[in-house]
Amino acid sequence: MNAIRKHFPFLEEKFNNKPLIYFDNAATTQKPAEVLDTIQAYYKKMNANVHRSINPLGELATKFYEQARADVAKFINAPSEKEIIFTKNATEGLNLIAQTFGDKHLKIGDRVVLTVSEHHSNIVPWLQQKKKKGIIVEYIPLEKNSQKLDVKEAEKILRKKNVKILSVSYASNALGTIHPVKKLTALAKKKNVFVVIDAAASVAHLSTDVKKIGCDFLVFSGHKMYGPTGIGVVWGKKEILDSLPPFLGGGEMIEEVHKNSFTTNEVPHKFEAGTPNIAGAIGLSSAIQFISSIGFKNIVVYEQELTKYLFESLQSIPSLKRYGVDAGSSLPTAAFTLGSIHAHDVGEILGRSGIMIRSGNHCAQILHNDLKIASTARVSLSIYNTKKEIDVLKKSLLQTQKFFL
Amino acid sequence: MDIYAQNIMDHYKNPRNWGRLKGALTKHSESNRSCGDILYIDVEIQDDAVKNFTFTGEGCSISLAAASILGEYVIGKKTDDILKMNFKEVQKILGIEISQRREKCAALCLLSIQNTLLKSGKKKLKDFSDIL
Repeated sequence: MNAIRKHFPFLEEKFNNKPLIYFDNAATTQKPAEVLDTIQAYYKKMNANVHRSINPLGELATKFYEQARADVAKFINAPSEKEIIFTKNATEGLNLIAQTFGDKHLKIGDRVVLTVSEHHSNIVPWLQQKKKKGIIVEYIPLEKNSQKLDVKEAEKILRKKNVKILSVSYASNALGTIHPVKKLTALAKKKNVFVVIDAAASVAHLSTDVKKIGCDFLVFSGHKMYGPTGIGVVWGKKEILDSLPPFLGGGEMIEEVHKNSFTTNEVPHKFEAGTPNIAGAIGLSSAIQFISSIGFKNIVVYEQELTKYLFESLQSIPSLKRYGVDAGSSLPTAAFTLGSIHAHDVGEILGRSGIMIRSGNHCAQILHNDLKIASTARVSLSIYNTKKEIDVLKKSLLQTQKFFL
Repeated sequence: MDIYAQNIMDHYKNPRNWGRLKGALTKHSESNRSCGDILYIDVEIQDDAVKNFTFTGEGCSISLAAASILGEYVIGKKTDDILKMNFKEVQKILGIEISQRREKCAALCLLSIQNTLLKSGKKKLKDFSDIL
């Protein structure tokens, strides 16, 4: 893994004169030199607007931007690049789906089914639909003891009247639990329920295959998979996208504009109003190449080993309580409480040792309420983290405990 | 000074005026949902001044120590003067330097106390942006 670390210039930085230990990968990952170089090369050598500037440079930028779309399609095994919409991030993607698909298909009394573990970005857009149209939002709970997603309960909820959409995360961003999305999708499809998958948390850790899952939409962010911030993806089935109203209005998304009306451009451009994040898309494509060069097989093997080591190390700390499932069904993420010490204080003391974690509710207040905890400390790993770093974490957690005793 | 100064840790481990006041007094709670901090404040007002103050709640060392220290400070003070206070004065009273990411932790107690007083005067409550 030392070879992989060398790709990430930021990992050589020091913090408080201590080597940086970056354990907040679920928030955003660091970027390999390849991605940074690609973005810089784009701005240095081919910066131009896409699709509209009829000049050779505009054509070159368009070529690279559209190639990025094709690369994304391949990355998630989408049937066509026309089904790939570039957004700002997964949040914007979920809002796009709620506001276009939701607006078209939801009416008063309809149900949208989520899980209690969803990130706020997969809750609030549906609550906005609830406010607007009077839909019902249902939440699949966790099993009490195992903290696994309660699939039996999911079946029950999906059997209720007027269920229109199931919108679930591939994995919980807060606990790391991987959800059985294929199974849930199959259950939903039996009832003709549309399925949206939020793959933001899992996209850097598990291979994503929209055909295998069988869903209708899938979203993710580039910055959680070694790409730049400000670029995200919505994948949707072409026939569905074709039938939807546009999202934002502006340049590129139109075909004709008249004083009192307009017609829309073809998919995916219909959903990409305004100059897009061209450098972001090209940077994302570079991140995809980086991931492909390692391969998900290797990523999963190494991260599983790290996850096991992390969970065991945490377990050996007295009064530490970890939430979530076993390593085998989890992303390399651990959410925990340390006795009565507030997560902010844990994060603060670890920060002084150069260890960057996240403390709070990780945009998952419903989950924390359900677990009856105010906040957790979250350690989230990535391919460049090491067992040695986990040892430093363990030592620092023991010191934190002593400090607050 | 370090946010985990001896004084702060002392108030965190042994909070002063911890508990609830009995009887018909002004009660109010204020929370900082993004961190999961919550303070429950009970105040007894006499002759436009704070006669008694207690608090309980959950929070990080900074939010709880700040409530303990500020609670001691406001007892005996005129309510009008307390309502004029801002975050700079809290920082001065705590005697530590607070980074931006911990500002809300340290400001929660002032917000809670001021809103307790505003509530008793049936006035519009403040939010974080009014004091930070």
